[in-house]
Amino acid sequence: MGQAAAGNLTDPRAVARGTSTLTTAVATIPTDLQYTKDHEYVKAADDQGVVTIGITDYAQGELGDIVYVELPKVGASFGAHDVFGTVEAVKAVSELFSPVAGEIVAINERLDKEPALVNTDPYGDGWMIKVRVAGGTDDLMSADAYRTLIGG
Amino acid sequence: MTAGKAPHSRWKSRTTSGHRLHDGRRSPHRPERPYWQFTLPNRQLVTDVAPLLKTPLHAAHVARGAKMVPFAGWDMPVQYAGLLVEHKAVRERCGLFDVSHMGEVLVRGPDAAAFLDHVTDAHAHIVDDFLIYRFPEHFLVVVNASNREKDIAHLRAQATGFHVVIEDLSDWIALIAVQGPEAQALLQPFADRDLGAIRYYRFEEGAIAGRAATISRTGYTGEDGFELYVNATDAQPLWDLLLDVVDSNGVPIAIPCGLGARDTLRLEAGLCLYGNELDDATTPLDAGLGWLVKLAKGPFLGSDVLAAQKANGVTRKLVGFTMDERAIPRHGMTVLVDGVAAGVVASGTQSPTLGVPIGTAFVPPSHAAVGSTFAIDVRGRAVPARVVPLPFYKRPAR
Repeated sequence: MGQAAAGNLTDPRAVARGTSTLTTAVATIPTDLQYTKDHEYVKAADDQGVVTIGITDYAQGELGDIVYVELPKVGASFGAHDVFGTVEAVKAVSELFSPVAGEIVAINERLDKEPALVNTDPYGDGWMIKVRVAGGTDDLMSADAYRTLIGG
Repeated sequence: MTAGKAPHSRWKSRTTSGHRLHDGRRSPHRPERPYWQFTLPNRQLVTDVAPLLKTPLHAAHVARGAKMVPFAGWDMPVQYAGLLVEHKAVRERCGLFDVSHMGEVLVRGPDAAAFLDHVTDAHAHIVDDFLIYRFPEHFLVVVNASNREKDIAHLRAQATGFHVVIEDLSDWIALIAVQGPEAQALLQPFADRDLGAIRYYRFEEGAIAGRAATISRTGYTGEDGFELYVNATDAQPLWDLLLDVVDSNGVPIAIPCGLGARDTLRLEAGLCLYGNELDDATTPLDAGLGWLVKLAKGPFLGSDVLAAQKANGVTRKLVGFTMDERAIPRHGMTVLVDGVAAGVVASGTQSPTLGVPIGTAFVPPSHAAVGSTFAIDVRGRAVPARVVPLPFYKRPAR
Protein backbone atom coordinates (compact mmCIF):
# COMPACT_ATOMS: atom_id res chain seq x y z
CA MET A 1 0.00 0.00 0.00
CA GLY A 2 2.33 2.60 -1.35
CA GLN A 3 1.04 5.91 -0.04
CA ALA A 4 0.03 4.75 3.37
CA ALA A 5 3.12 2.68 3.98
CA ALA A 6 5.46 5.46 2.99
CA GLY A 7 3.66 8.06 5.03
CA ASN A 8 3.15 6.17 8.21
CA LEU A 9 6.62 5.27 9.27
CA THR A 10 7.17 8.82 10.44
CA ASP A 11 3.68 10.24 10.46
CA PRO A 12 4.08 14.00 10.96
CA ARG A 13 0.43 14.35 11.95
CA ALA A 14 0.92 12.06 14.91
CA VAL A 15 3.93 14.03 15.99
CA ALA A 16 2.05 17.30 15.66
CA ARG A 17 -0.80 16.02 17.78
CA GLY A 18 1.59 14.88 20.44
CA THR A 19 -0.19 11.54 20.67
CA SER A 20 1.38 8.15 20.52
CA THR A 21 0.43 5.81 17.72
CA LEU A 22 0.49 2.14 17.00
CA THR A 23 1.86 1.67 13.54
CA THR A 24 1.44 -1.55 11.64
CA ALA A 25 3.31 -2.19 8.44
CA VAL A 26 0.56 -0.40 6.57
CA ALA A 27 -1.67 1.68 8.80
CA THR A 28 -1.56 4.28 11.53
CA ILE A 29 -3.75 3.60 14.58
CA PRO A 30 -3.77 6.48 17.07
CA THR A 31 -4.06 5.17 20.62
CA ASP A 32 -6.35 8.00 21.78
CA LEU A 33 -9.21 6.88 19.49
CA GLN A 34 -11.72 4.06 19.66
CA TYR A 35 -12.57 1.77 16.76
CA THR A 36 -15.23 -0.47 15.22
CA LYS A 37 -14.80 -3.69 13.33
CA ASP A 38 -16.22 -1.86 10.30
CA HIS A 39 -13.13 0.38 10.33
CA GLU A 40 -14.67 3.58 11.66
CA TYR A 41 -12.95 5.50 14.42
CA VAL A 42 -14.47 7.57 17.22
CA LYS A 43 -12.62 10.54 18.64
CA ALA A 44 -13.49 11.05 22.30
CA ALA A 45 -16.37 13.27 23.34
CA ASP A 46 -15.85 16.92 24.13
CA ASP A 47 -17.77 18.70 26.90
CA GLN A 48 -21.00 18.61 24.90
CA GLY A 49 -20.84 14.83 24.48
CA VAL A 50 -20.01 15.23 20.78
CA VAL A 51 -17.73 12.68 19.12
CA THR A 52 -15.97 12.89 15.76
CA ILE A 53 -16.27 9.94 13.40
CA GLY A 54 -14.36 8.92 10.31
CA ILE A 55 -12.76 5.88 8.73
CA THR A 56 -9.37 4.52 9.71
CA ASP A 57 -6.09 4.83 7.89
CA TYR A 58 -6.26 1.11 7.22
CA ALA A 59 -9.71 1.47 5.64
CA GLN A 60 -8.73 4.35 3.38
CA GLY A 61 -5.65 2.43 2.30
CA GLU A 62 -7.68 -0.62 1.42
CA LEU A 63 -10.33 1.39 -0.42
CA GLY A 64 -7.79 3.34 -2.44
CA ASP A 65 -8.50 6.66 -4.13
CA ILE A 66 -11.76 8.01 -2.75
CA VAL A 67 -13.90 10.04 -5.17
CA TYR A 68 -17.25 10.58 -3.38
CA VAL A 69 -18.30 10.69 0.21
CA GLU A 70 -22.05 10.67 0.74
CA LEU A 71 -22.94 12.01 4.18
CA PRO A 72 -26.26 12.54 6.01
CA LYS A 73 -27.83 15.90 6.79
CA VAL A 74 -27.16 17.72 10.03
CA GLY A 75 -29.97 16.96 12.46
CA ALA A 76 -30.46 13.37 11.32
CA SER A 77 -30.42 10.71 14.03
CA PHE A 78 -28.93 7.25 13.81
CA GLY A 79 -28.83 4.18 15.99
CA ALA A 80 -25.59 2.36 16.61
CA HIS A 81 -24.63 0.22 13.56
CA ASP A 82 -27.01 2.14 11.25
CA VAL A 83 -25.73 3.06 7.81
CA PHE A 84 -25.06 6.79 7.84
CA GLY A 85 -23.45 7.18 4.42
CA THR A 86 -21.29 5.67 1.73
CA VAL A 87 -17.78 6.18 0.56
CA GLU A 88 -17.01 5.50 -3.09
CA ALA A 89 -13.48 4.81 -4.20
CA VAL A 90 -12.53 4.30 -7.84
CA LYS A 91 -12.45 0.57 -7.31
CA ALA A 92 -15.05 -0.04 -4.66
CA VAL A 93 -17.89 1.34 -2.60
CA SER A 94 -18.27 0.88 1.12
CA GLU A 95 -21.06 1.78 3.48
CA LEU A 96 -20.41 3.77 6.61
CA PHE A 97 -21.79 2.46 9.86
CA SER A 98 -22.50 4.72 12.80
CA PRO A 99 -20.36 3.49 15.71
CA VAL A 100 -22.69 5.18 18.21
CA ALA A 101 -26.32 6.24 18.55
CA GLY A 102 -27.02 9.94 18.40
CA GLU A 103 -27.75 13.05 16.37
CA ILE A 104 -25.56 14.50 13.61
CA VAL A 105 -24.46 17.97 14.70
CA ALA A 106 -21.93 18.57 11.91
CA ILE A 107 -20.68 17.03 8.68
CA ASN A 108 -17.36 17.68 6.99
CA GLU A 109 -18.48 19.92 4.10
CA ARG A 110 -14.97 19.93 2.63
CA LEU A 111 -15.33 16.29 1.62
CA ASP A 112 -17.89 17.30 -0.99
CA LYS A 113 -15.19 18.96 -3.10
CA GLU A 114 -12.13 17.26 -1.61
CA PRO A 115 -13.01 13.61 -0.94
CA ALA A 116 -9.33 12.67 -1.16
CA LEU A 117 -8.84 14.25 2.28
CA VAL A 118 -10.05 10.92 3.62
CA ASN A 119 -7.01 9.33 1.97
CA THR A 120 -4.46 11.93 2.94
CA ASP A 121 -5.59 12.73 6.49
CA PRO A 122 -8.23 10.27 7.72
CA TYR A 123 -7.90 11.24 11.38
CA GLY A 124 -7.62 14.99 10.72
CA ASP A 125 -9.10 16.95 7.82
CA GLY A 126 -10.68 13.77 6.48
CA TRP A 127 -13.13 13.41 9.39
CA MET A 128 -16.73 12.74 8.35
CA ILE A 129 -19.37 13.51 10.96
CA LYS A 130 -19.76 14.84 14.50
CA VAL A 131 -22.43 13.13 16.59
CA ARG A 132 -24.00 14.09 19.91
CA VAL A 133 -23.99 10.71 21.58
CA ALA A 134 -27.22 9.29 23.01
CA GLY A 135 -26.19 6.35 25.14
CA GLY A 136 -22.91 4.60 25.74
CA THR A 137 -19.93 3.77 23.61
CA ASP A 138 -19.07 0.58 25.45
CA ASP A 139 -18.71 -1.81 22.53
CA LEU A 140 -15.96 0.14 20.80
CA MET A 141 -12.47 -1.27 20.46
CA SER A 142 -9.18 0.05 21.73
CA ALA A 143 -6.32 0.74 19.33
CA ASP A 144 -4.71 -2.52 20.46
CA ALA A 145 -7.82 -4.54 19.75
CA TYR A 146 -8.24 -2.86 16.36
CA ARG A 147 -4.66 -3.57 15.43
CA THR A 148 -5.27 -7.22 16.23
CA LEU A 149 -8.41 -7.16 14.09
CA ILE A 150 -6.59 -5.96 11.01
CA GLY A 151 -3.73 -8.33 11.63
CA GLY A 152 -1.17 -5.62 12.31
CA MET B 1 -12.48 -16.99 -32.12
CA THR B 2 -10.48 -16.22 -35.19
CA ALA B 3 -6.85 -15.37 -35.22
CA GLY B 4 -6.27 -11.69 -35.51
CA LYS B 5 -6.72 -8.64 -33.45
CA ALA B 6 -8.73 -9.21 -30.36
CA PRO B 7 -8.92 -6.68 -27.60
CA HIS B 8 -7.24 -8.49 -24.84
CA SER B 9 -8.40 -8.22 -21.47
CA ARG B 10 -8.01 -8.81 -17.95
CA TRP B 11 -8.62 -8.54 -14.37
CA LYS B 12 -11.79 -8.64 -12.41
CA SER B 13 -12.11 -5.65 -10.20
CA ARG B 14 -15.40 -6.85 -9.00
CA THR B 15 -17.57 -5.08 -6.58
CA THR B 16 -20.56 -7.23 -7.27
CA SER B 17 -23.54 -6.18 -5.23
CA GLY B 18 -24.00 -8.30 -2.15
CA HIS B 19 -26.89 -8.33 0.21
CA ARG B 20 -25.12 -9.59 3.25
CA LEU B 21 -22.39 -7.86 5.13
CA HIS B 22 -19.27 -9.70 6.11
CA ASP B 23 -20.40 -9.99 9.70
CA GLY B 24 -23.80 -11.33 8.73
CA ARG B 25 -25.88 -8.22 9.37
CA ARG B 26 -28.23 -7.13 6.66
CA SER B 27 -28.05 -3.66 5.33
CA PRO B 28 -31.19 -1.65 4.55
CA HIS B 29 -30.28 -1.01 0.94
CA ARG B 30 -28.24 -3.66 -0.77
CA PRO B 31 -24.70 -2.69 0.09
CA GLU B 32 -21.75 -3.37 -2.09
CA ARG B 33 -18.71 -4.56 -0.31
CA PRO B 34 -15.26 -3.17 -0.79
CA TYR B 35 -13.29 -5.48 -3.02
CA TRP B 36 -10.99 -6.55 -0.24
CA GLN B 37 -13.88 -8.09 1.66
CA PHE B 38 -14.92 -9.88 -1.44
CA THR B 39 -14.17 -13.31 -2.66
CA LEU B 40 -14.73 -14.10 -6.28
CA PRO B 41 -16.11 -17.58 -6.79
CA ASN B 42 -13.10 -18.70 -8.79
CA ARG B 43 -10.77 -16.95 -6.42
CA GLN B 44 -12.14 -18.83 -3.45
CA LEU B 45 -11.70 -22.15 -5.14
CA VAL B 46 -8.09 -21.51 -5.88
CA THR B 47 -7.01 -19.64 -2.79
CA ASP B 48 -8.68 -21.97 -0.34
CA VAL B 49 -6.95 -25.07 -1.54
CA ALA B 50 -3.58 -23.91 -2.76
CA PRO B 51 -1.09 -21.20 -2.00
CA LEU B 52 -1.26 -18.25 -4.35
CA LEU B 53 0.88 -18.42 -7.44
CA LYS B 54 3.66 -15.90 -7.85
CA THR B 55 4.91 -14.35 -11.06
CA PRO B 56 8.66 -14.01 -11.64
CA LEU B 57 8.23 -10.35 -10.61
CA HIS B 58 6.57 -11.06 -7.27
CA ALA B 59 9.63 -10.23 -5.18
CA ALA B 60 10.11 -7.01 -7.16
CA HIS B 61 6.52 -5.96 -6.43
CA VAL B 62 6.90 -6.58 -2.72
CA ALA B 63 10.29 -4.84 -2.64
CA ARG B 64 8.80 -1.73 -4.26
CA GLY B 65 5.90 -1.59 -1.82
CA ALA B 66 3.03 -2.80 -3.96
CA LYS B 67 -0.25 -3.66 -2.31
CA MET B 68 -0.80 -7.30 -3.21
CA VAL B 69 -4.17 -9.00 -3.64
CA PRO B 70 -5.28 -12.47 -4.71
CA PHE B 71 -6.42 -12.48 -8.31
CA ALA B 72 -7.42 -15.62 -10.20
CA GLY B 73 -5.17 -17.68 -7.95
CA TRP B 74 -2.21 -15.30 -8.24
CA ASP B 75 -0.76 -12.90 -5.71
CA MET B 76 -0.77 -9.74 -7.83
CA PRO B 77 -0.13 -6.01 -7.27
CA VAL B 78 -3.40 -4.06 -7.24
CA GLN B 79 -1.61 -0.76 -6.81
CA TYR B 80 1.71 0.84 -6.02
CA ALA B 81 1.63 4.61 -5.44
CA GLY B 82 -2.12 4.72 -5.96
CA LEU B 83 -4.59 3.96 -8.71
CA LEU B 84 -5.10 7.57 -9.86
CA VAL B 85 -1.38 8.35 -9.94
CA GLU B 86 -0.71 5.21 -11.96
CA HIS B 87 -3.61 5.85 -14.32
CA LYS B 88 -2.36 9.38 -14.99
CA ALA B 89 1.20 8.17 -15.53
CA VAL B 90 0.06 5.84 -18.31
CA ARG B 91 -2.05 8.55 -19.98
CA GLU B 92 0.74 11.14 -19.80
CA ARG B 93 4.07 9.33 -19.64
CA CYS B 94 4.59 5.63 -19.06
CA GLY B 95 3.60 2.79 -16.76
CA LEU B 96 4.86 -0.77 -16.38
CA PHE B 97 2.53 -3.67 -15.70
CA ASP B 98 3.35 -7.23 -14.76
CA VAL B 99 0.95 -9.36 -16.75
CA SER B 100 2.88 -12.58 -16.32
CA HIS B 101 -0.12 -14.30 -14.79
CA MET B 102 -1.59 -14.59 -18.26
CA GLY B 103 -1.18 -17.91 -19.99
CA GLU B 104 0.84 -18.51 -23.14
CA VAL B 105 0.04 -21.60 -25.17
CA LEU B 106 2.14 -22.67 -28.11
CA VAL B 107 0.29 -24.31 -30.99
CA ARG B 108 2.33 -25.85 -33.81
CA GLY B 109 2.04 -28.47 -36.48
CA PRO B 110 0.85 -28.59 -40.10
CA ASP B 111 -2.80 -27.97 -39.13
CA ALA B 112 -2.13 -25.21 -36.60
CA ALA B 113 -3.66 -22.41 -38.68
CA ALA B 114 -6.73 -24.40 -39.69
CA PHE B 115 -7.16 -25.58 -36.12
CA LEU B 116 -7.14 -22.07 -34.62
CA ASP B 117 -9.69 -20.89 -37.18
CA HIS B 118 -11.93 -23.75 -36.18
CA VAL B 119 -11.72 -23.31 -32.43
CA THR B 120 -14.64 -21.57 -30.87
CA ASP B 121 -17.44 -22.65 -28.65
CA ALA B 122 -20.21 -24.85 -30.06
CA HIS B 123 -22.82 -22.26 -29.06
CA ALA B 124 -20.75 -19.36 -30.28
CA HIS B 125 -20.31 -18.13 -26.74
CA ILE B 126 -17.05 -16.60 -25.77
CA VAL B 127 -14.73 -19.07 -24.06
CA ASP B 128 -12.08 -16.42 -23.67
CA ASP B 129 -10.63 -13.52 -25.56
CA PHE B 130 -7.42 -14.81 -27.03
CA LEU B 131 -4.65 -12.87 -28.59
CA ILE B 132 -2.96 -15.04 -31.20
CA TYR B 133 0.57 -14.42 -32.44
CA ARG B 134 1.48 -15.98 -35.74
CA PHE B 135 5.16 -16.91 -35.92
CA PRO B 136 6.71 -18.52 -39.01
CA GLU B 137 6.66 -22.00 -37.49
CA HIS B 138 4.04 -21.81 -34.78
CA PHE B 139 1.32 -19.79 -33.07
CA LEU B 140 1.34 -18.38 -29.55
CA VAL B 141 -2.10 -18.10 -27.98
CA VAL B 142 -2.31 -15.69 -25.04
CA VAL B 143 -5.15 -16.34 -22.61
CA ASN B 144 -6.54 -14.89 -19.40
CA ALA B 145 -5.06 -16.10 -16.13
CA SER B 146 -8.49 -16.94 -14.78
CA ASN B 147 -9.31 -19.03 -17.85
CA ARG B 148 -5.96 -20.68 -18.41
CA GLU B 149 -6.94 -24.20 -17.38
CA LYS B 150 -10.31 -23.97 -19.12
CA ASP B 151 -8.79 -22.62 -22.32
CA ILE B 152 -6.09 -25.23 -22.56
CA ALA B 153 -8.59 -27.99 -21.89
CA HIS B 154 -10.85 -26.49 -24.57
CA LEU B 155 -8.01 -26.35 -27.10
CA ARG B 156 -6.96 -29.91 -26.38
CA ALA B 157 -10.55 -31.16 -26.61
CA GLN B 158 -10.98 -29.52 -30.01
CA ALA B 159 -7.68 -30.81 -31.35
CA THR B 160 -8.95 -34.24 -32.28
CA GLY B 161 -8.47 -34.79 -36.00
CA PHE B 162 -6.03 -31.93 -36.37
CA HIS B 163 -2.33 -32.44 -36.73
CA VAL B 164 -1.27 -30.03 -33.98
CA VAL B 165 0.81 -29.98 -30.84
CA ILE B 166 -0.38 -27.83 -27.92
CA GLU B 167 2.12 -26.83 -25.24
CA ASP B 168 1.52 -24.67 -22.17
CA LEU B 169 4.55 -22.38 -21.89
CA SER B 170 3.02 -20.08 -19.28
CA ASP B 171 5.48 -20.92 -16.53
CA TRP B 172 8.48 -20.09 -18.71
CA ILE B 173 7.27 -16.79 -20.10
CA ALA B 174 6.95 -13.48 -18.27
CA LEU B 175 4.93 -10.63 -19.77
CA ILE B 176 5.71 -6.98 -19.09
CA ALA B 177 3.43 -4.29 -20.54
CA VAL B 178 5.13 -0.94 -21.15
CA GLN B 179 2.29 1.51 -21.79
CA GLY B 180 2.01 5.22 -22.41
CA PRO B 181 3.08 7.97 -24.83
CA GLU B 182 6.72 7.66 -23.73
CA ALA B 183 6.85 3.86 -23.98
CA GLN B 184 8.78 3.83 -27.23
CA ALA B 185 11.26 6.45 -26.05
CA LEU B 186 11.85 4.47 -22.86
CA LEU B 187 12.46 1.17 -24.64
CA GLN B 188 14.29 2.29 -27.78
CA PRO B 189 17.76 2.75 -26.23
CA PHE B 190 17.64 -0.87 -25.02
CA ALA B 191 16.17 -2.39 -28.17
CA ASP B 192 18.08 -4.21 -30.89
CA ARG B 193 15.82 -2.78 -33.60
CA ASP B 194 13.83 0.28 -34.64
CA LEU B 195 10.67 0.09 -32.55
CA GLY B 196 9.01 2.72 -34.73
CA ALA B 197 8.92 0.14 -37.51
CA ILE B 198 6.63 -2.15 -35.48
CA ARG B 199 3.08 -1.12 -36.32
CA TYR B 200 0.07 -1.36 -34.02
CA TYR B 201 -0.91 -4.96 -33.32
CA ARG B 202 2.26 -6.25 -34.96
CA PHE B 203 5.24 -7.84 -33.25
CA GLU B 204 8.84 -8.82 -33.85
CA GLU B 205 11.25 -11.22 -32.21
CA GLY B 206 14.19 -9.25 -30.92
CA ALA B 207 16.01 -8.32 -27.76
CA ILE B 208 15.74 -5.73 -25.02
CA ALA B 209 19.00 -5.05 -23.18
CA GLY B 210 20.43 -8.19 -24.76
CA ARG B 211 17.64 -10.41 -23.46
CA ALA B 212 15.48 -12.24 -25.97
CA ALA B 213 12.03 -10.69 -26.23
CA THR B 214 8.97 -10.89 -28.40
CA ILE B 215 8.24 -7.18 -28.79
CA SER B 216 4.56 -6.65 -29.46
CA ARG B 217 2.97 -3.27 -30.14
CA THR B 218 -0.15 -4.11 -28.18
CA GLY B 219 -1.72 -3.21 -24.88
CA TYR B 220 -4.81 -2.89 -22.81
CA THR B 221 -4.78 0.76 -21.83
CA GLY B 222 -5.81 2.80 -24.89
CA GLU B 223 -2.31 4.25 -25.12
CA ASP B 224 0.58 3.45 -27.39
CA GLY B 225 2.85 0.84 -25.91
CA PHE B 226 4.48 -2.53 -26.07
CA GLU B 227 4.10 -5.89 -24.46
CA LEU B 228 7.34 -7.78 -23.94
CA TYR B 229 7.28 -11.55 -23.77
CA VAL B 230 10.52 -12.56 -22.11
CA ASN B 231 12.06 -15.55 -20.39
CA ALA B 232 10.84 -15.75 -16.81
CA THR B 233 14.39 -15.43 -15.53
CA ASP B 234 14.90 -12.18 -17.45
CA ALA B 235 11.80 -10.47 -16.09
CA GLN B 236 13.13 -8.90 -12.93
CA PRO B 237 16.38 -7.50 -14.43
CA LEU B 238 14.35 -5.88 -17.22
CA TRP B 239 11.70 -4.58 -14.82
CA ASP B 240 14.29 -2.91 -12.61
CA LEU B 241 16.27 -1.61 -15.58
CA LEU B 242 13.24 0.12 -17.12
CA LEU B 243 12.02 1.59 -13.84
CA ASP B 244 15.44 3.04 -13.11
CA VAL B 245 15.51 5.17 -16.28
CA VAL B 246 15.19 8.86 -15.44
CA ASP B 247 14.62 11.93 -17.60
CA SER B 248 16.84 15.03 -17.69
CA ASN B 249 15.27 16.19 -14.42
CA GLY B 250 16.09 12.96 -12.67
CA VAL B 251 12.43 11.90 -12.64
CA PRO B 252 11.67 8.27 -13.55
CA ILE B 253 10.03 8.02 -16.98
CA ALA B 254 7.91 5.03 -15.99
CA ILE B 255 6.30 3.98 -12.74
CA PRO B 256 5.11 0.50 -11.79
CA CYS B 257 1.34 0.08 -12.01
CA GLY B 258 -1.14 -2.40 -10.61
CA LEU B 259 -4.26 -4.20 -11.74
CA GLY B 260 -6.45 -1.36 -10.41
CA ALA B 261 -5.16 1.17 -12.94
CA ARG B 262 -5.13 -1.49 -15.62
CA ASP B 263 -8.86 -1.90 -15.16
CA THR B 264 -9.77 1.82 -15.22
CA LEU B 265 -7.49 2.35 -18.24
CA ARG B 266 -9.02 -0.47 -20.22
CA LEU B 267 -12.56 0.62 -19.41
CA GLU B 268 -11.93 4.22 -20.53
CA ALA B 269 -10.51 2.77 -23.74
CA GLY B 270 -13.65 0.68 -24.23
CA LEU B 271 -11.76 -2.62 -24.12
CA CYS B 272 -13.64 -5.69 -23.00
CA LEU B 273 -12.84 -7.64 -19.85
CA TYR B 274 -13.60 -11.32 -19.73
CA GLY B 275 -16.07 -11.90 -16.89
CA ASN B 276 -17.60 -8.43 -17.32
CA GLU B 277 -18.29 -7.62 -20.97
CA LEU B 278 -17.52 -11.13 -22.16
CA ASP B 279 -18.36 -14.51 -20.72
CA ASP B 280 -19.40 -17.95 -21.81
CA ALA B 281 -23.06 -16.87 -22.03
CA THR B 282 -22.27 -14.02 -24.43
CA THR B 283 -21.75 -14.19 -28.18
CA PRO B 284 -19.37 -11.88 -30.05
CA LEU B 285 -22.41 -10.18 -31.62
CA ASP B 286 -23.95 -9.44 -28.20
CA ALA B 287 -20.70 -7.79 -27.20
CA GLY B 288 -20.41 -5.74 -30.36
CA LEU B 289 -17.44 -7.79 -31.53
CA GLY B 290 -19.03 -8.95 -34.77
CA TRP B 291 -16.09 -7.52 -36.71
CA LEU B 292 -13.88 -10.19 -35.16
CA VAL B 293 -15.86 -13.07 -36.52
CA LYS B 294 -15.69 -13.84 -40.19
CA LEU B 295 -18.71 -15.97 -40.98
CA ALA B 296 -17.68 -16.10 -44.62
CA LYS B 297 -14.59 -18.01 -43.57
CA GLY B 298 -16.82 -21.03 -43.59
CA PRO B 299 -18.42 -23.19 -40.99
CA PHE B 300 -16.69 -23.26 -37.62
CA LEU B 301 -17.98 -24.24 -34.21
CA GLY B 302 -20.94 -22.00 -33.42
CA SER B 303 -21.08 -20.27 -36.81
CA ASP B 304 -24.71 -21.38 -37.31
CA VAL B 305 -25.72 -19.70 -34.05
CA LEU B 306 -24.03 -16.46 -35.08
CA ALA B 307 -25.56 -16.56 -38.57
CA ALA B 308 -29.03 -16.93 -37.03
CA GLN B 309 -28.32 -14.13 -34.58
CA LYS B 310 -27.14 -11.92 -37.41
CA ALA B 311 -30.33 -12.62 -39.38
CA ASN B 312 -32.80 -12.20 -36.51
CA GLY B 313 -31.05 -9.49 -34.54
CA VAL B 314 -29.58 -9.63 -31.07
CA THR B 315 -31.73 -9.33 -27.96
CA ARG B 316 -29.24 -7.22 -26.05
CA LYS B 317 -26.44 -4.89 -26.91
CA LEU B 318 -23.35 -3.73 -25.12
CA VAL B 319 -23.25 0.07 -24.81
CA GLY B 320 -21.22 2.68 -23.05
CA PHE B 321 -23.00 5.12 -20.78
CA THR B 322 -22.38 7.99 -18.45
CA MET B 323 -24.37 9.53 -15.61
CA ASP B 324 -24.76 13.20 -14.72
CA GLU B 325 -25.31 12.61 -11.03
CA ARG B 326 -22.63 11.73 -8.55
CA ALA B 327 -22.83 7.99 -8.36
CA ILE B 328 -20.60 5.23 -9.65
CA PRO B 329 -22.00 2.33 -11.65
CA ARG B 330 -20.60 -1.07 -10.70
CA HIS B 331 -20.55 -4.51 -12.29
CA GLY B 332 -23.84 -6.33 -11.75
CA MET B 333 -26.07 -3.30 -11.09
CA THR B 334 -29.48 -3.39 -12.78
CA VAL B 335 -30.39 -1.28 -15.80
CA LEU B 336 -33.93 0.11 -15.48
CA VAL B 337 -36.15 1.11 -18.41
CA ASP B 338 -39.36 2.78 -17.23
CA GLY B 339 -38.63 1.46 -13.76
CA VAL B 340 -38.41 -2.13 -14.92
CA ALA B 341 -35.23 -4.25 -14.94
CA ALA B 342 -34.06 -4.39 -18.56
CA GLY B 343 -30.35 -5.04 -18.45
CA VAL B 344 -27.21 -5.21 -16.40
CA VAL B 345 -24.07 -3.18 -15.88
CA ALA B 346 -20.97 -4.98 -17.16
CA SER B 347 -18.31 -2.58 -15.85
CA GLY B 348 -18.32 0.78 -14.18
CA THR B 349 -16.06 3.25 -12.49
CA GLN B 350 -15.37 6.92 -11.99
CA SER B 351 -13.28 7.79 -15.04
CA PRO B 352 -9.98 9.16 -13.72
CA THR B 353 -9.27 10.95 -17.01
CA LEU B 354 -12.74 12.39 -17.66
CA GLY B 355 -13.82 12.88 -14.05
CA VAL B 356 -17.30 11.47 -14.65
CA PRO B 357 -18.96 8.12 -13.98
CA ILE B 358 -18.63 5.71 -16.91
CA GLY B 359 -19.85 2.21 -17.50
CA THR B 360 -20.73 -0.48 -19.98
CA ALA B 361 -24.05 -2.28 -19.88
CA PHE B 362 -26.07 -4.85 -21.75
CA VAL B 363 -29.33 -3.14 -22.72
CA PRO B 364 -32.26 -3.86 -25.07
CA PRO B 365 -31.45 -2.89 -28.69
CA SER B 366 -34.26 -0.29 -28.45
CA HIS B 367 -32.16 1.63 -25.92
CA ALA B 368 -28.74 1.11 -27.43
CA ALA B 369 -28.44 4.15 -29.71
CA VAL B 370 -26.18 6.99 -28.64
CA GLY B 371 -28.29 9.46 -26.69
CA SER B 372 -30.77 6.84 -25.44
CA THR B 373 -31.61 7.13 -21.77
CA PHE B 374 -32.28 4.63 -19.02
CA ALA B 375 -31.52 4.43 -15.31
CA ILE B 376 -29.07 2.50 -13.19
CA ASP B 377 -30.20 1.08 -9.86
CA VAL B 378 -27.47 2.38 -7.56
CA ARG B 379 -28.23 0.84 -4.18
CA GLY B 380 -31.95 1.45 -4.49
CA ARG B 381 -31.70 4.83 -6.24
CA ALA B 382 -32.62 5.10 -9.93
CA VAL B 383 -29.83 7.27 -11.33
CA PRO B 384 -30.42 8.59 -14.89
CA ALA B 385 -27.90 7.40 -17.46
CA ARG B 386 -27.42 8.04 -21.17
CA VAL B 387 -25.67 6.14 -23.93
CA VAL B 388 -22.43 7.66 -25.20
CA PRO B 389 -20.09 6.44 -27.95
CA LEU B 390 -17.35 3.93 -27.13
CA PRO B 391 -14.53 4.33 -26.37
CA PHE B 392 -14.95 6.88 -23.60
CA TYR B 393 -11.37 7.97 -24.15
CA LYS B 394 -9.35 8.13 -27.35
CA ARG B 395 -5.72 9.05 -27.12
CA PRO B 396 -4.84 12.37 -28.71
CA ALA B 397 -2.87 12.25 -31.95
CA ARG B 398 0.74 12.97 -31.14
